[in-house]
Amino acid sequence: MLITCPYCGPRDVSEYTYQGDGNRARPDAGSTDNQAWNSYVYDRLNIAGEHHEIWQHSGGCRAHLAVSRNTLTHKVSAVAFARDAGHRKSDRHRKSGGAA
Amino acid sequence: MSPRRIDTGGRRVDRDRGIRFTFDGKPYSGHPGDTLASALLANGVTLFGRSFKYHRPRGVLTAGVDEPNALVTVLKGNIREPNIPATQLEIYDGLTVVSQNRFPSLSFDIGAANQLGGKLLGAGFYYKTFMGPVVGPLKGTRFWMFCEYFIRRAAGLGRAGYDKDSARYERTNAFCDVLVVGSGPAGLMAAKAAAQSGKRVILAELEPRFGGSANWSSETIDGMPAADWAQATIAELRERKNVRLLPRTTVWGYYDDNMLAALERVSDHKRDAAKGEPRHRYWSIRPGAVVLATGAFERPLVFPGNDRPGVMLAGAAERYAAEFGVLPGRKIAVFANNDGAYGTALALKKSGAEIVAIVDVRRQVSEAAHAAALSTGGEFLAGHAVVATEGGTKLSGVKVQIFDAATGALSGDPRSIDADCLIVSGGWSPVIHLASQAGVSPQWDDDRQAFLPPKPTQNWIGAGAFNGSFSTAAALSEGDAAGRQAAGETDGPAEELPNVDAPALQSNPAPVFEIRTSGKAFVDYQHDVTAEDVRLAHREGFVSVEHLKRYTTLGMATDQGKTSNVPGLAIMAEALGKPIPDVGTTRFRAPFAPVSIGSLAAERYGDLKPERLTPMHDWHIEHGATMYSAGLWYRPMIYGHSGETIEQAYVREAKAVREKAGIVDVSTLGKIAVQGPDAAEFLDRVYTNMFSTLAVGKARYGLMLREDGFVMDDGTTWRLGENDFLMTTTTANAGKVMQHLEYFLDVVWPDLKVHLTSVTDQWAGAAIGGPKAREILAACVTGTAVDNEAMPFMGIVHGEIAGVAVMICRLSFSGEMAFEVYCGAGHGTHVWKALLEAGKPFGLVPYGLEALGTLRIEKGHVTGAEIDGRTTGRDLHLDWMLSKKKPFIGSAMMDREGMTAEDRLQLVGIVSLDNRPLNGGGHIVEQANPEDPANSLGHITAACYSPALGKFIGLALVKGGKSRHGKRAFTSDPLRNRFGPVEIVSHHFFDPEGKRMHG
Repeated sequence: MLITCPYCGPRDVSEYTYQGDGNRARPDAGSTDNQAWNSYVYDRLNIAGEHHEIWQHSGGCRAHLAVSRNTLTHKVSAVAFARDAGHRKSDRHRKSGGAA
Repeated sequence: MSPRRIDTGGRRVDRDRGIRFTFDGKPYSGHPGDTLASALLANGVTLFGRSFKYHRPRGVLTAGVDEPNALVTVLKGNIREPNIPATQLEIYDGLTVVSQNRFPSLSFDIGAANQLGGKLLGAGFYYKTFMGPVVGPLKGTRFWMFCEYFIRRAAGLGRAGYDKDSARYERTNAFCDVLVVGSGPAGLMAAKAAAQSGKRVILAELEPRFGGSANWSSETIDGMPAADWAQATIAELRERKNVRLLPRTTVWGYYDDNMLAALERVSDHKRDAAKGEPRHRYWSIRPGAVVLATGAFERPLVFPGNDRPGVMLAGAAERYAAEFGVLPGRKIAVFANNDGAYGTALALKKSGAEIVAIVDVRRQVSEAAHAAALSTGGEFLAGHAVVATEGGTKLSGVKVQIFDAATGALSGDPRSIDADCLIVSGGWSPVIHLASQAGVSPQWDDDRQAFLPPKPTQNWIGAGAFNGSFSTAAALSEGDAAGRQAAGETDGPAEELPNVDAPALQSNPAPVFEIRTSGKAFVDYQHDVTAEDVRLAHREGFVSVEHLKRYTTLGMATDQGKTSNVPGLAIMAEALGKPIPDVGTTRFRAPFAPVSIGSLAAERYGDLKPERLTPMHDWHIEHGATMYSAGLWYRPMIYGHSGETIEQAYVREAKAVREKAGIVDVSTLGKIAVQGPDAAEFLDRVYTNMFSTLAVGKARYGLMLREDGFVMDDGTTWRLGENDFLMTTTTANAGKVMQHLEYFLDVVWPDLKVHLTSVTDQWAGAAIGGPKAREILAACVTGTAVDNEAMPFMGIVHGEIAGVAVMICRLSFSGEMAFEVYCGAGHGTHVWKALLEAGKPFGLVPYGLEALGTLRIEKGHVTGAEIDGRTTGRDLHLDWMLSKKKPFIGSAMMDREGMTAEDRLQLVGIVSLDNRPLNGGGHIVEQANPEDPANSLGHITAACYSPALGKFIGLALVKGGKSRHGKRAFTSDPLRNRFGPVEIVSHHFFDPEGKRMHG
């Protein structure tokens, strides 16, 4: 699998570290909404198809990347810096009920 | 001259030179270029091994990588390499080979009695037989465990050795524009076309000789024998700078983003590898495009006795005659469901064999086939089938009967025909393994009765027999087109293709896979799976092809069913009453052929991890330190004196710290420079306690939680400037903390202006502690005062030691008055020596991790043993560090119900009451009964002998710990046979008020 780092170019997946589901939305730091925190920390989508993920180029520039990857074919369709992509504001977790 | 070696053919062997080798201790001779199979066949040997379950005699079925039967063990000194196909093993002088799965000898094998128990050993034999009785000493799985020893001896293939593999292996990466897999006519044309466009080409061929089927074909290409054309083409490619030829290289895996894995057998064919030459080389290849020209495997037909030595695939027989000059028999019978074998019969006749009969399941054959059959001079039996083979460990004849291909019915009386070899052709299966790995399900084709490659989901192009195009002319034109397309040359006119002169024989087979009559008819030779086993599995309800495969183990042997997959599927389809495409096929997975584990590991064996050594490492070694590995780091465990035990050494060292002074290397602590205008704000969010209020020139102990509220790490952070912090982490978590901080900075709070730099390796650190520590510093530090005023608790000063700039912070892990002295890593040993020199008059001693552990246990300080990912700040009595004034990572989750419960495991101290040592990992229980140590209350995390207390003590995580202070319990450690009374106490054993370090 190849991921094209915006800094470093196409690199083998062995240079990267998976840093979790990119669909998570972190509640505001001071939030006391337990449901929201629980969903952020524990609920994960287990998508068969296009998935948003965070990868760190840990063996390279160490930037965190927002990667769109098809979990069935391993095709990477989009890569951006995670900081530019922002934290994806997604309510898909709650709609789908999340992972048990 | 050996009995089966003929004068014609044999392009691959060098008849002028001889090679001596042994098989089962008996000497034989062959020629350079021979495989073990061809050399033994030339010597008249037909029996190569015994089968997996039934110990049936087995010979050679194929001439290539698809061989299921003739597996042998190669011995090199004490190294055993089992299950090598004799068809792939190139002989060399001194080669020593033994046969497998036989006792006491290959020709007389006691295990062959298993054949009599054939009914018992059918599919699912283990599952059904070894359930064991419901009661009694052998109930349940115990019966299996009792029988297993005998079964493991009786079944199976080769035996691996115990000695370490002494061969060297290599890994390498390669990049090219076009990778061509397979060098038959299609692959050669593809490589040629791609090379002419100037692209970088790699041509990989699993055989030692390039050319594929051209090497044994009797056709002509461009007016010359096909083999000569192939060698001329290869010679042309060899001259090109943009072409890399890889012989003996099996491309075995097709992975994402067009990455392919290949194994090059560099020196297996030599007695001694050349200097610097590895045994195998693992290639990781990233081509722009791939041309798959992997050809096709011939399929056997399934009929009773089809496994007797002397039964061989037709294409293999032709190959032995043409490539090696070896006739597999003198009186050869042919059994086929297609025209292809007729050409083989003609070629074998030309080589001097007698064709005794051609048996074809079809009543009607093409005119060309009919003419070919007649010119072989053999009896032509159309509409017949072979129903049995005769002979013992060697074929002596076959039985034939009238056969109706439409219904599968046999009629008339069986008739015997004398023959010493039966060549069989059941059609051809394209070698689509790599394409299947790379993509989706293959497509069934009724005309060819074969699975054709799926549509590409990666950048590959197929050519030749791989596509089901079995004629050489089609292979050449498809290869040329594929090569040009792969090189991106789609517009240019096609070159004139070479002319092929080939007989007009059609290889499309009749849809007949099995001749169904009594007797064992093998589908999977290597795992001894019969047609009846497949039907039995169906009767027992296994309808999915995936279940069928696992229940019968069809196609699960080392050959991965190269000859058996399609016949097995066809028999299953018939049993289900469905057409083959509806039954489906299993997905091919890597590797295509067995791969040496050594090649995957290559140079990365033994201790794979790098070693991290502190700047003072050599000093520690010189001064008698016993080193201890902590993650990647090496740290002194003790500096033992001669005659001391480990316990005596650490007790002496720890005592010296409490009484005088000790020094320990702390360079391994993780160090991260946290810098920038928002550094203080960032630390406030990361740590549970406040750092923005920390004064410049002071340090503070910090606690970090994970998002889920559990403790992640602890350490001190020093404020060196307004916007400049030096964070320290535990040795083990340095990388994890760095990644954690980077994630939050980059993903969650990209607006914060903070920069993180790992400076672990830039600083050398020494912690010097004890009642005399301050005096020692005063004796050697210049440029700053070190008294209480200049350096209060947690104060930082900058000065010099022996001319080197140092940074000193007064903080304590040991509980004594202590200081951490940091300097540039390059000066580490210099400063370390200067400190020891200054400490001499005060009795300063270096101490190791054991003493460090003892000192911290006495103080109840936590480390990774307590911060185990399951403890909260409150569990460790660090509530005082959890700020209520600000949110921080983990603050929202740490107050959840289960995390504040009273009965959580909490940190306590324990004291051994029987004056015997405690063990980390031992359980704490309430009952006094060592036989029933039920209901664990928790476990010991660390233990030592405390010189300060004169007792064996430990730290433990115990349910509702605090409420149990002063209570008795027991430690139960059945694995180490330790049971005894303990008292639960506060984890602050020593100087609970901290007078000594604040003093």
